[in-house]
Amino acid sequence: MRVFGIRLPAMSSLILWGMIWEIVGRSGLTFFVPPLSEVLVTLYSVLGTPAFQKALMETAYAFFMGVLFSVAIGIPTGILMGKNRLIDELLLPWVNIFLSAPLTALVPVLMVLFGFGMKSIVITTTLFAIWIIILNSRAGVLQINRSLVEMARCFGASPLAAFTKVYFWAALPEILGGVRIGVIRAVKGVIIGQLLISIVGFGALFELYSNNFLMAHFWAVLIVLFGMAFTISEFLAYLERRISYYAAKR
Amino acid sequence: MDMSPTRKNVVEASGFKVENAVSTRKISKNYGPVEALRNLSLDFPKGQLTSLLGPSGCGKTTLLKIIAGLLEPTSGEVEVNGRAVTGPGPDRAFVFQDFALLPWASVLRNVAFGLELRGVAKSEREAVAEKYIRDVGLAGFEKNYPHELSGGMRQRVGLARALAVDSEVLLMDEPFSAVDEQTRRKFQEDLLNLVQTENKTFIFVTHSIEEAVYVSDQIAILLPRPSRVSEIIRPAGFRSKGAENIRRDLEYLDIVDRIWASLRTYVE
Repeated sequence: MRVFGIRLPAMSSLILWGMIWEIVGRSGLTFFVPPLSEVLVTLYSVLGTPAFQKALMETAYAFFMGVLFSVAIGIPTGILMGKNRLIDELLLPWVNIFLSAPLTALVPVLMVLFGFGMKSIVITTTLFAIWIIILNSRAGVLQINRSLVEMARCFGASPLAAFTKVYFWAALPEILGGVRIGVIRAVKGVIIGQLLISIVGFGALFELYSNNFLMAHFWAVLIVLFGMAFTISEFLAYLERRISYYAAKR
Repeated sequence: MDMSPTRKNVVEASGFKVENAVSTRKISKNYGPVEALRNLSLDFPKGQLTSLLGPSGCGKTTLLKIIAGLLEPTSGEVEVNGRAVTGPGPDRAFVFQDFALLPWASVLRNVAFGLELRGVAKSEREAVAEKYIRDVGLAGFEKNYPHELSGGMRQRVGLARALAVDSEVLLMDEPFSAVDEQTRRKFQEDLLNLVQTENKTFIFVTHSIEEAVYVSDQIAILLPRPSRVSEIIRPAGFRSKGAENIRRDLEYLDIVDRIWASLRTYVE
């Protein structure tokens, strides 16, 4: 964007919002919003503490396990649904229900089934992320050029070879789009899991800070979390752009 | 060439014996109540190019896909070198109208893809692919990706891929319809050379009368609803006169006119 003929770098609007935050914080309107500068100083001091690093590790572990399961199960399931009418008829209603269902309500059931530990948190994360990945992989497979499928058959591809050498790659733009949205939902899942199931990780920090009115700490952790989610999502968006050249030419 | 002692189909044509690479026997294909092909029998002589020509909707692509093993006929059977066809096989290769290249793979990998699916070792299949990339005139483009090539060049990749698997029968589904007129003419000349140099049987689907007459040893005219072979034309005189003389040969012009006369009533 250009203002008064000067090209502004990307995300310069953040500076404006940061300034507003700082002014609101300094005006002392509400204890809920401390000045941004104070939050950043707190952020820096919190980063090195063992409590924060433990929380980071626990959250990262649950998050990556959840994403790993949703990708490893979701992509093949979606491709199978796109390729097999019977499997599609069986699973599609459930995928659609779970995609739009308020999954938070399911968390107590998961606690009964899988206990109060990390397992339940990973499953919650997976449940948040997997459905959109399945749906997008399925959509990706359904739009594969018919002659590409015929080409694979003609040149004697085994079902496995067709799956790994043709269908997966032909559906990759849609699959990556699904993974990107799934990852964003997984962040939601992991925090909800940590808050509801067992108070560990960032969830525990949020609980601790907000109960003790440590608002600067609360915002600092939130900024770290948003930053991580944003970075991962942008990285996947970058991968998507890298392969978009062939999305239109399949 | 297949020298195994299988049953050979032999027909008598213009005084000398011609072996058939592909025969279709009473092929019928129904899509629900719609009859796409009825009792279609046709022989494709070995080492020659046969065109399937007809108005749109006459089932020529359906027939080609049945020969490829991609579609199952409702009744009847296809024989390749005397053996009945039940599905796609290494004795047939397909050239697609829309090229059907892998957009994420280089020209080299695309051309070698048929061999890759057969489990040929990487160095070996790439050596074969490089040879055919040179043969179709794409040397220097091995590392390029399909989206960096023009339509004509992409179809050359598709052709090289089909040649690289070295099957006896080449099935071409309107291969030049998505490329521009000048490129198409060049392709047609190259195809004539290919038929002479490669010892392969070509089955060629087209809706262009001129193209069919120009490239074919034998033209099967298909008429629609339901499809059947109405006529088989074998141009005799101008095949040997060289590519540049065909288009002004009298016999060529006569055949083009004759085919148009018989097809025009079927064109909406």
